[in-house]
Amino acid sequence: MRYSALRILQQGLTGNKGWKAAWRQPNIQKHYDVVIVGGGGHGLATAHYLSKVFGIRNVAVLEKGWLGSGNIGRNTTIVRSNYLLPENEPFYEFSMKLWEGLEQDLNYNAMMSQRGILNLCHNDAQRDAYVRRGNAMLMAGADAKLLDRDAVRDMCPFINFDNERFPITGGLWQPRAGTARHDAVAWGYARSADRHGVDIIQNCEVTGFQIDNGVCKGVETSRGPISAGKVAVCVAGSSSRVMATAGMRLPIESHVLQAFVSEGLKPTIPGVVTFGAGHLYISQSDKGGLVFGGDLDKYNSYAQRGNLPVIEHVAEDMMAMIPALGRARLLRMWGGVMDMSMDGSPFIDKTHIPGLYFNGGWCYGGFKATPASGYCYAHLLAKDEPHPTAKAYRLDRFMRGRAIDEKGAGAQPNLH
Amino acid sequence: MIINHPLLGPRDAEEFVHLGDAALVDRPDWQAGDALEQFHDYLYLRDNPAGEYRELWYHEQGDRSWLVVTRNTLTHEISKVELARDFARKQGRSA
Repeated sequence: MRYSALRILQQGLTGNKGWKAAWRQPNIQKHYDVVIVGGGGHGLATAHYLSKVFGIRNVAVLEKGWLGSGNIGRNTTIVRSNYLLPENEPFYEFSMKLWEGLEQDLNYNAMMSQRGILNLCHNDAQRDAYVRRGNAMLMAGADAKLLDRDAVRDMCPFINFDNERFPITGGLWQPRAGTARHDAVAWGYARSADRHGVDIIQNCEVTGFQIDNGVCKGVETSRGPISAGKVAVCVAGSSSRVMATAGMRLPIESHVLQAFVSEGLKPTIPGVVTFGAGHLYISQSDKGGLVFGGDLDKYNSYAQRGNLPVIEHVAEDMMAMIPALGRARLLRMWGGVMDMSMDGSPFIDKTHIPGLYFNGGWCYGGFKATPASGYCYAHLLAKDEPHPTAKAYRLDRFMRGRAIDEKGAGAQPNLH
Repeated sequence: MIINHPLLGPRDAEEFVHLGDAALVDRPDWQAGDALEQFHDYLYLRDNPAGEYRELWYHEQGDRSWLVVTRNTLTHEISKVELARDFARKQGRSA
């Protein structure tokens, strides 16, 4: 069923009795051309582009829990392409362009809201770094604008400009950045993939791989074996556990990242604002809640929950940046498990096992990458060669001395 | 989280810096024929287990000692804390 304004009107006049489920609950087939392991944002996006763009429709997405139960439903919904390195920026700008056409492509309201992202700076060195980053963005076809203190004040008068320790000296502004409704992104991709023939199987845990003479021929699941032409793993957060069943060790550690939402407030924050003196990013949802997050808890965890010190740290950053928010009450907080890679950048690659493909290591950056990650993974699966914007995301890049370290933090996953 | 320091008693985990897998104590032999591969695996690859995990913590805001903490990554429960020096000595790594 195609969604449209006319359909809403028609259904509204006929008691809303004609709406159908957004996707089927299909039976599992014995064989698929491609089995995607993981029904999160990236897995569902892969299924969508594989079926719609690359014409491979005999595809299953296997999800251990329910759709969108992982990080696609746990992030702070920020969409941006303000990276520095030439291996990253074209990929994230490709993603940004896919975001801009996403709702039309999916025929689904993902509440894409391009209200911009403002990265604040507090000293000359930070400003210099933003000049460089902004130029790198412009060279990759993205948009960027350096703002001085007065321009930031016009945009966000509520920020504490005269913080003695961290005065605001300006900021880097990407007008096309923004936020999207994260659950709707998962649902929209699922619905579109389903409409193009993909079987979405929930409550089906992959427990191992069928590896025959060194070639991957399918998966073992909690609901029986499934044979596959290609197996595409896409389980960020659990990558090490899943790939260990294929005997692989990954350049990844799992860490918990917390996120928060306040009670609903009247419109306060125009777009996304990030604090340059601590790790804080904040935006306001269409419903009015302030959505914000900070740093990792910094120790390995699979628990999907964090500890109090990070909450305190985030609250301190908020008070330093926007003192008025001291009156806002915290509504909810939660944690998600991140694939923290050794250089802070992701992987979209074949493995050394023919027939087995890997997508993971997204660190904090998975949500904004969802469309391009799905597109590039589908490209790799369909053509067996990497998409031009994702050529650098190889598993062997550390051996080749080609780490993609945006932050320059070295092989220390909890610092990326 | 509270880390029960072998010398100082229970301390808030906020006083510590988390480095990573205690396997980092086992630095490869730089003169081995396959030292390049060994150092790649040592520096970049991780077991990253869901469950019991031995990891290095540094008491930066305290006595600057290195500890090996055995902790469950699914529950955050800490079952053992020892000085990294003792841990390394047991493996023949330290004088």
